[in-house]
Amino acid sequence: MSAPFLLVAAAWEAVAIAGIFPAKLFPSLETVFTTLAELSLDGILWAHAAGTLARLALGFLLAVGVGVVAGILMGRFQVVEDLFLPAVSFAYPIPGLAYAPLFVLWFGLGDLPAVLLVGAASCFVVIINAWKGVKAVRPLWLRAAEVMGANERQMFWKVIMPAALPYILTGLRLGLAQAWRILVVVEMLTAVEHGLGWMIFGAREFLNTDVMLSGVMVIGVVGLVLEKQVFERVERYTVVRWGMLTA
Amino acid sequence: MAQSIEARNISFQYDTAAGPVLAVKEASFSVAPAEFLCVLGPSGCGKTTILNMLAGFLTPTGGEILMDGNPVTAREHNRGVVFQDFAQLFPWRTARQNVEFGLEMRGVSREARRETARQFLKLVKLEKFADAYPHQLSGGMQQRIAIARALAYNPGVLLMDEPFAALDAMTRDEMQKQLTEVWQETRKTIVYITHNVAEAVYLADQILVMAPHPGTIRARIPLALPRPRDPLSANFVEMQRQVLANLTH
Ligand SMILES: Nc1ncnc2c1ncn2[C@@H]1O[C@H](COP(=O)(O)OP(=O)(O)OP(=O)(O)O)[C@@H](O)[C@H]1O
Ligand SMILES: [Mg+2]
Repeated sequence: MSAPFLLVAAAWEAVAIAGIFPAKLFPSLETVFTTLAELSLDGILWAHAAGTLARLALGFLLAVGVGVVAGILMGRFQVVEDLFLPAVSFAYPIPGLAYAPLFVLWFGLGDLPAVLLVGAASCFVVIINAWKGVKAVRPLWLRAAEVMGANERQMFWKVIMPAALPYILTGLRLGLAQAWRILVVVEMLTAVEHGLGWMIFGAREFLNTDVMLSGVMVIGVVGLVLEKQVFERVERYTVVRWGMLTA
Repeated sequence: MAQSIEARNISFQYDTAAGPVLAVKEASFSVAPAEFLCVLGPSGCGKTTILNMLAGFLTPTGGEILMDGNPVTAREHNRGVVFQDFAQLFPWRTARQNVEFGLEMRGVSREARRETARQFLKLVKLEKFADAYPHQLSGGMQQRIAIARALAYNPGVLLMDEPFAALDAMTRDEMQKQLTEVWQETRKTIVYITHNVAEAVYLADQILVMAPHPGTIRARIPLALPRPRDPLSANFVEMQRQVLANLTH
């Protein structure tokens, strides 16, 4: 797994040392890592990362809570689908950034609009996938559960949820990617106090490319850890183990 | 416990894009409590449609079905169903958890559930696979788990749609024998669908012979052969011949 990283790092170093770009714009990895070390020793990096992660977590949880519930209701009840599907289909392809300025006008600057925007921008893909997941539940499973006496609540928790899980997990993955994408820009837009996005855009003013790259790296590492340690683990423990998805 | 079933002139019509398809036409039959009924007929003659109506999944487009004198609804929890399809088990539950499902829905305690599941897994000879997930089992094994699952919560009526069709001949013979024993022990009303004449003659108290397009009941044959039945005996072979004559004439 580390070989591709080493390759990219080597290519980067080669370009940096060759001096094709000014060192200020294209710092060597050594500079970037030194900056990274300084920023983290200062605690500045942690403050920014903590701010971003908190907003990401809150916004994404909002999207998951609203999205999974709405999607499942849409999949389960025709009325709800008729009511919401047109709106969801309409909003789904609109990039969150397009309505970001509106959120700033409505909710002011700071954390609130950032969290709400992350939630709004990432919930649609969660909704769509949860809805599709419920639609894809085999009628045979519902019939079997029904005839064995499952009530509506048992049906939901013991049949529909696990049956729709492969789709729901896909939705969460895509939703999280969406959340990252918008959050980094929105932090700049809503002028939050601490945040990686804020740090990156702020550093641009002073051509601090090493700081910018440090921020980018931290985002990449966090994303990688979430994918490997959270999503892949959950998948291995559930849908892969159940044979509903091949690893 | 065991219920009586009465179907009065039931019909079912599917509405398809190509127009209505009359799958079952004015079928009438009755099953006494603890009776073993086999529905026998060629592919496409409406057997599964009849079973789905008995289970309450489909409402007859004509006529009515009474169980112990009451109209059928889907949520009356005294029926067990074994479907024709392999993929009826819940893939997210182990074999044991699948067998426990009906008991779990009834709030039976964990220990009692486990014990009952163990018994029924043993009955279908899969106690060694209690902790396997369905995708780790062969089609025939999955079907046996499905049978254990339908029996475990002790429903009064058992509806089975060609449950052994996918099994090899040896396992099938064994399963038929076991099913007869379970039935004699638990006195359930069983409606068993098959397209296999020998199987029907081995299992049934009464055979409904169906004809296709539209699905109608062509003959009702009571079987008085003593049990356990010997498929090689002269009486058995003669009975088979009779049933076959009804099926093909
Ligand atoms: N969902 C459906 N929509 C439309 N037509 C259907 C549907 N299900 C069954 N049919 C039609 O109804 C008729 C009876 O089907 P059914 O499944 O009851 O047959 P079967 O006797 O169970 O056959 P098999 O032995 O192959 O399982 C068939 O002609 C089929 O084309
Ligand atoms: Mg069928």
